[in-house]
Amino acid sequence: MKKKKFDVGPYIYLLPAFIIVFVFRLIPIVLSFIVSFFEWTVTGAGDFIGLENYAIMMKDKEFWQSLVNTFYLVIFVVPISLILSLLFAALLNTIEKLKSFFRSVYFIPTVTSMVAISIVWKIIFNQQTGLANYFLEKIGLDPMGWLAESQGIFQLLFANLGIELPSWAAGPSLALFSIIIVTIWKGLGYNTIIYLAGLQNIPNVYYEAADIDGAGKIKQFFKITWPLISPTTFYVLMMTTITTFQVFSQIYLMTGPPVGGPLGTTKVIVYFLFDKGFGESNNLSYASAIALVLFVIILSLTLLQKRLEKKVHY
Amino acid sequence: MNFKKIITYLILSICGLAMIIPFFWMLTTSVKSQLEINKGNVGFSPVEEYDVYKESGKEYYITIVKQGADSSFVHLFDGDMNRIRSYAKVANSDIRHEKKFKLHWENFANAFNKVPFGRYFLNTIFVSCSVVLGVMITGSLAAYAFATMKFKGQNFIFYLFISMMMVPQPVYLIPSYVLLNHLGWIDTYNALIIPWIANIFTIFLLRQQFKTIPRDLFDAAEIDGCSRFGILWKIVLPLSKSVIATAAIFGFIGSWNSFMWPLIMTDSPELRVLQVGLSYFSQEASTQTSLLMAASTFSILPLLVLFLIAQKQIIASFASSGLKE
Repeated sequence: MKKKKFDVGPYIYLLPAFIIVFVFRLIPIVLSFIVSFFEWTVTGAGDFIGLENYAIMMKDKEFWQSLVNTFYLVIFVVPISLILSLLFAALLNTIEKLKSFFRSVYFIPTVTSMVAISIVWKIIFNQQTGLANYFLEKIGLDPMGWLAESQGIFQLLFANLGIELPSWAAGPSLALFSIIIVTIWKGLGYNTIIYLAGLQNIPNVYYEAADIDGAGKIKQFFKITWPLISPTTFYVLMMTTITTFQVFSQIYLMTGPPVGGPLGTTKVIVYFLFDKGFGESNNLSYASAIALVLFVIILSLTLLQKRLEKKVHY
Repeated sequence: MNFKKIITYLILSICGLAMIIPFFWMLTTSVKSQLEINKGNVGFSPVEEYDVYKESGKEYYITIVKQGADSSFVHLFDGDMNRIRSYAKVANSDIRHEKKFKLHWENFANAFNKVPFGRYFLNTIFVSCSVVLGVMITGSLAAYAFATMKFKGQNFIFYLFISMMMVPQPVYLIPSYVLLNHLGWIDTYNALIIPWIANIFTIFLLRQQFKTIPRDLFDAAEIDGCSRFGILWKIVLPLSKSVIATAAIFGFIGSWNSFMWPLIMTDSPELRVLQVGLSYFSQEASTQTSLLMAASTFSILPLLVLFLIAQKQIIASFASSGLKE
């Protein structure tokens, strides 16, 4: 055996990746704090302003509206996507023929670019020349405003029944709900694949034993599948939440003009920070502060879910 | 086949249709004439209905403005749908109603030539390939160190990498812009490529794979006089082909589809990647539905073909992103 001496080798192998991660991940994260404490435009740093950006944000109606819109997006997309993908995966898991065919079909939206998908769905939701209203017409329903409709979905629903809802109960606008549909549609394939992988890891003996004991399929699902799949559920929950908080392309390409319309009902937090940083005001400092608040929200939700996972874990 | 099976297949088929219909409609709309779409013929059928007017041996397409008892006011169009006469009064007996099955493949060429999509494709291919190559080099070197060597600070660096992976892109977007601006890289290929040539997920994926290779192989190679790098090149990498392919496909799809980063970091039209170019095109041609659909179709075609060829690997590579340590 050679005598132990300092080996520089590992560091050389690590160096290329480390430099990139250090310069283009770590430095920007540190920098984002600094930028948010100074006046900052494309021309460079200005005066130190401390926490002023954060104070402005707390009073900024636009910020709160985009936060509410983002929460609407998350609250609708995450549970619906979770239930549908688990359903698809459970169904796919019971069949032999055409299994990989269906799997591939569900997966196509996942590998397609959000830009192209947004363009297509924007035209689908077009009031005059769109497929959505064409279908409604075929089944004898009234056309809807879709991306141009600023009224809340619950408001619209109850208005049909002749009940007028207070504005706090209006729900997301139909325009935002259209975005919700596209976002679910786009992410369903990925979640289904993840669930399918999770289901395949559950040993068959459990179900065989349950069959012998005479437990029905539905009981088997809630007593065996659901508990054993819970790590996957937490993963899907976490990933879908994180990605839905970052929705940008759909909003940028499908809504407006102006983007985020009608009446700002589809403005989400990432578009808001994009607009502040690279729009007319070009206020990189304020945008940076918004980004950090977004980070804190995502991080706390992630930690909360991790906590819950530890409690629920079998 | 029993009743339950039929219900299962029925549900799966209906939902499968919901996933496919937008693409199918994109395709059928992309080969329609804009006139048909504007007339409200927005279903799936490529059958066109139009009125033709015959005058001194020549045929014109017309749209009827006001129909009278025996004569009507119409707009006259030539074969390329350019309006040549407005509010012409013609006899109803000269008007014919026609139905024709026609696919307007020329929409694809028109969309492709309207803005420099060729350039956008080349940019995207260049950027995506450079990124994947870079990710593979930095990833296999780093994963090799993590998987086979022991060194001071190993755990620290490992957890630093993990925590960096958790940070969502919008968070470091603004400061990255500030940084790249400082480096003078805004609106250059550097901005599109260099920050992305290390991928932490790839490092972990390769590290897991490298760890499964028996150490005996390394020892034997070392006795044969193989260098450390030689072991990586001649033994570790050839044994990890499938995982490398997985990581490469994953990286390629991600790079090809990335939008927000190139949108912000580049400005000049020559540097537009496909997604950014398509986004600008959708603003310029917002009323030309058929051209937009044609452009969307040929933009997603390369990845769709790649997906159809390598479905199994691609789905497996996405599924592996959900596996835990």
